[in-house]
Amino acid sequence: MGEKIADQYSVTGGDFSRAGYASSQIKKSLKKLGVDMAIIKRTVVATYEGEVNIVAHAWSGKIVFAVDDEKIRIVLEDEGPGIEDIEQAMEEGFSTATSEIREMGFGAGMGLPNMKKNADHLHVESEVGKGTRVEITMHLN
Amino acid sequence: MQVKDIIRILDARILCGGERLDYTIELAFASDLMSDVLTLSNDNVLLITGLANMQTIRTAEMSDINCIIFARNKKASAEMIELARESDIILMECRYSLYKTCGLLYAEGVKPIF
Repeated sequence: MGEKIADQYSVTGGDFSRAGYASSQIKKSLKKLGVDMAIIKRTVVATYEGEVNIVAHAWSGKIVFAVDDEKIRIVLEDEGPGIEDIEQAMEEGFSTATSEIREMGFGAGMGLPNMKKNADHLHVESEVGKGTRVEITMHLN
Repeated sequence: MQVKDIIRILDARILCGGERLDYTIELAFASDLMSDVLTLSNDNVLLITGLANMQTIRTAEMSDINCIIFARNKKASAEMIELARESDIILMECRYSLYKTCGLLYAEGVKPIF
């Protein structure tokens, strides 16, 4: 491929009408680069789940997107309440979502598990009261 | 099944994508929970849902779903239609319940994912 891309998007907590904008832009970039459609789908599904998490739980956040010859790397970093028990949050069905989030079609405790399923590698770190950082890595070869 | 058949069977109204009435779907999935939709790995799926908001369209976009029907008379906003148009997603509305919508399409041969 040879081409390299690096972009950054800001995400506003609570702004559900815009949730998915960053993931959509990332999808367009990956399509332009000619990345395999199956990899694009797994990448953007994981990213979108993370973007929805920021909108649903955090105050603000940013998504950094970078592609090189070997991999796609997406870092979702937020300022927010953080995750008390990451292991518990990775369990399917565990949720701290509000009714507002559920009305949007989310909040069933499936986001982080689905990110793990779709990403080649997922790394989550969090500090309660400060925020969460999620790194998604996808291999291109 | 083609989009024009879906419109006939469900007495549906097409909101965008009317130029692609011959677009063919083989599988359908019904859910109001977008988290469930995001776990699907199949392509060429019709999404039947009663959840009409921007995240329905975004979820379809991320999941490579090109065709959505809103059941039980749920209405898509102008903003949703615009986003669907940008993403080449066909949108339809019908007045039937989710159950009846699924039943009619199933009887006509649209397959479930699992």
